[in-house]
Amino acid sequence: MPPDAVASSRRSRVAHALAQNVGLELAIAMLVLSVAIYCAIYYAAQGLLPGGFELTTTVNNTMPLVLAAVAQTLVVLTRGIDLSVGGVIDLTNAIAAIGLGDSLAQMVAVSVAVLMVGAACGLLNGVLVAYGRLQPILVTLATLSIFQGVAIRVLPQPGGQVAEGYTAALANPSGPVSLLYAVLLALIWWGLRRTRLGIGIYAIGNDESAAEAHGIDARRTKILAYMLGGTFSAAAGLFLAANATAGDATTGNGYTLTSIVAVVLGGVSLFGGRGSAVGAMLGAFITTMIVNILFFAQIDPLYQAFYEGLFLVGAVLLAGGIGRLVRRS
Amino acid sequence: MSQDVPAVEAVNLVKSFGGVRALQGASLAAAAGEVHALVGENGAGKSTVIKALGGRVQPDGGEIRIGGRQVRLPAPPTAHALGAWTVFQELTLLPGMTVAENLLLAREPRTRLGLVDRRRLAANAESVLAGLGVHHIDPRALVEDIPLAERQMVEIVRAISHDPRILFLDEPTSSLVEREVVWLFGQIRRLRAKGACIVFTSHRWNEIRSIADRITVFRGGRDVGCFTELSEEDAVTLMTGQRVETFFPPLPAAPRAADHRPALEVRNLAAPRLRPVSFAVAPGEVLGIGGLAGHGHRELFLALFGAGRATGGQVLLDGKPVRLRNPREAERAGIALVPEDRKSEGLLLPMSVRDNLSLALLRRLSRAGLLRRGLERQMAGGEVQRLKVRTASLAAPVGTLSGGNQQKVLLGRWLLTDPRVLLLYDVTRGVDVATKHEIFELMMRLAGEGRAILFYSSDAEELAHLGHRVLVMREGRMAAELRAPGITAEHVVSAAVRDAA
Repeated sequence: MPPDAVASSRRSRVAHALAQNVGLELAIAMLVLSVAIYCAIYYAAQGLLPGGFELTTTVNNTMPLVLAAVAQTLVVLTRGIDLSVGGVIDLTNAIAAIGLGDSLAQMVAVSVAVLMVGAACGLLNGVLVAYGRLQPILVTLATLSIFQGVAIRVLPQPGGQVAEGYTAALANPSGPVSLLYAVLLALIWWGLRRTRLGIGIYAIGNDESAAEAHGIDARRTKILAYMLGGTFSAAAGLFLAANATAGDATTGNGYTLTSIVAVVLGGVSLFGGRGSAVGAMLGAFITTMIVNILFFAQIDPLYQAFYEGLFLVGAVLLAGGIGRLVRRS
Repeated sequence: MSQDVPAVEAVNLVKSFGGVRALQGASLAAAAGEVHALVGENGAGKSTVIKALGGRVQPDGGEIRIGGRQVRLPAPPTAHALGAWTVFQELTLLPGMTVAENLLLAREPRTRLGLVDRRRLAANAESVLAGLGVHHIDPRALVEDIPLAERQMVEIVRAISHDPRILFLDEPTSSLVEREVVWLFGQIRRLRAKGACIVFTSHRWNEIRSIADRITVFRGGRDVGCFTELSEEDAVTLMTGQRVETFFPPLPAAPRAADHRPALEVRNLAAPRLRPVSFAVAPGEVLGIGGLAGHGHRELFLALFGAGRATGGQVLLDGKPVRLRNPREAERAGIALVPEDRKSEGLLLPMSVRDNLSLALLRRLSRAGLLRRGLERQMAGGEVQRLKVRTASLAAPVGTLSGGNQQKVLLGRWLLTDPRVLLLYDVTRGVDVATKHEIFELMMRLAGEGRAILFYSSDAEELAHLGHRVLVMREGRMAAELRAPGITAEHVVSAAVRDAA
């Protein structure tokens, strides 16, 4: 075939990156927009701009959702969905609250143990999905209830005590130190995307049988994705305990749905194989900003869910529309 | 041809899917340094044999031998390890990933840290493509963003880039244009010269003739013969078990334009990529539309069916102007379109043959808003018989039918609306020669009934034999008008490319 004139019209690397990450770019735009609206409303209500305290609390309150969103992303990318995220957070939060103790050694040991509990929860999900050939939505709906039940058993009443040092390390109340963890997460994601597992996760989310035809072990990849997801959910449970300085076996329930919201706002496709955990992390911050905006706009808390829903529908419609426009051009 | 052990051999393969027996004792032997064509009707088992040899399907019985040794191929990677690579008919590319990621999946270049080196990934993919003479595909583009033909080329490049000793290609040319087919055949000849064994399926007889050393014919899940020479007529006879005299049925007598008002008249019809075109089709006339892909025929057909945006001009049916703003208006006016991509543009694969047939005329089959099932069954049954659709029952999901039979169901749906004008858009693409022959006969019968037929085909041979006239489009306008008798495929092709190169 003769070399073609088409070759000259080839897009540059940057142009490709821009066109292929529309979801991420939209998430950045939405975050900037929501922060701007938040600042404006805050200023209208308080007569001054939000400062360090607001930044710190926002970061500390959002970190568990950031982690849950990463967990959800891992599973959604494989064309699954993890409804048990909330259950794993409940369980790990409960274990953390009663187990962390005061000594550094114990804190480290229990934290690692809690992460392993999360991985074990993910392993159960992954094995049922990969070997049981069951639908992820059914498996994780069932394990959600199981994990919630065990969590209540571990910590029947809210309580426990988290040492100050632990809170300072994960959810420092005097500065937005936890942003470092978000940066670390983004770096971990950057690396994961360049491993065999990362490529496998995207590949099976795109087309499982095609991926298998080219030597990707779909079952192993799925199980590892769920395990890694469980581990990140457990980390969310730890951050939640650190921020609340105590534990509650029902505190994670809302995270199942909000993690899905964050994933969608972050441009990760629920049909699998497309999107990035970095987008989902931004989606988590957007979700928090929406709640903050509604709070300062003095919306009756009773109607908060209503407006959150409206906002979500609007954002998804907008993202879909812009995405299509960019595709066409 | 070498007389020693065949490079690849299938012996009495048996395979059932559900209750359907796809293979019942299928055998095939292909030698090193040979290009071996597999032909047969859709559903004769060609694809299943290739899937079995490629490790994608596990046969229930029989043997597979590679290089004379019996092997078991539980998954494609096992076949890859033996030097056997396959280009499957339904592509195995990952749409949301880049061309480079797809080409080098599971063999990505790594950095010293063991992470994938994305920069070198694109560069390596570029050199793989260039090494095989492909320069127009961008390795950084997502597979879902490139055209179908390029996707098919990526799939082929991926297989060839492993330097296979055995290469299976299942309908590799179905979405390629002429120039890309030339490229592919060049690659196949190169591999053959190196001693590789190539097994491929195709429904295009000119391709088989030009490159195959031997031809194995399949019918009903088993092989019925292996030949070095085979005429089109003999192939159809073997494939169907019924004697066929001429592959292209004779045209009914051409209607004399003076005797009739045109059934369809188009005046200065314009659309994006379609310059104003004018032409007329008489009742009983078959008007072929030719031209290279992207030269406006698709837009013309869509505009005539109300599915595309017409920006100007007029369409008259039997002398009366009609408005075609959407397919419903076109259907009411008596225009039917049968598209080439039956999966995405026509049939509901999980639904039954009966449901698919009645879809276009639910209103006529209903009373007080309720569907009259008895009437529906009667009508669908009649149509299935008329078109010789091979299906287990009216209730069988259309997805279980072979490609050619699916195409007949789609045709049947539109015939039930009793259209005045039938638009056939590349309906024989991916359809086996035997079913093609049936579709041709049906076209001639429909023309004989006085319907006007406008048909586009990517196969110039079909246009040359089946049109009373052929209009060749180039750059959105009618570049030439050819009249039967005496049209040849060369006329059509040269009219399509003249001045364009």
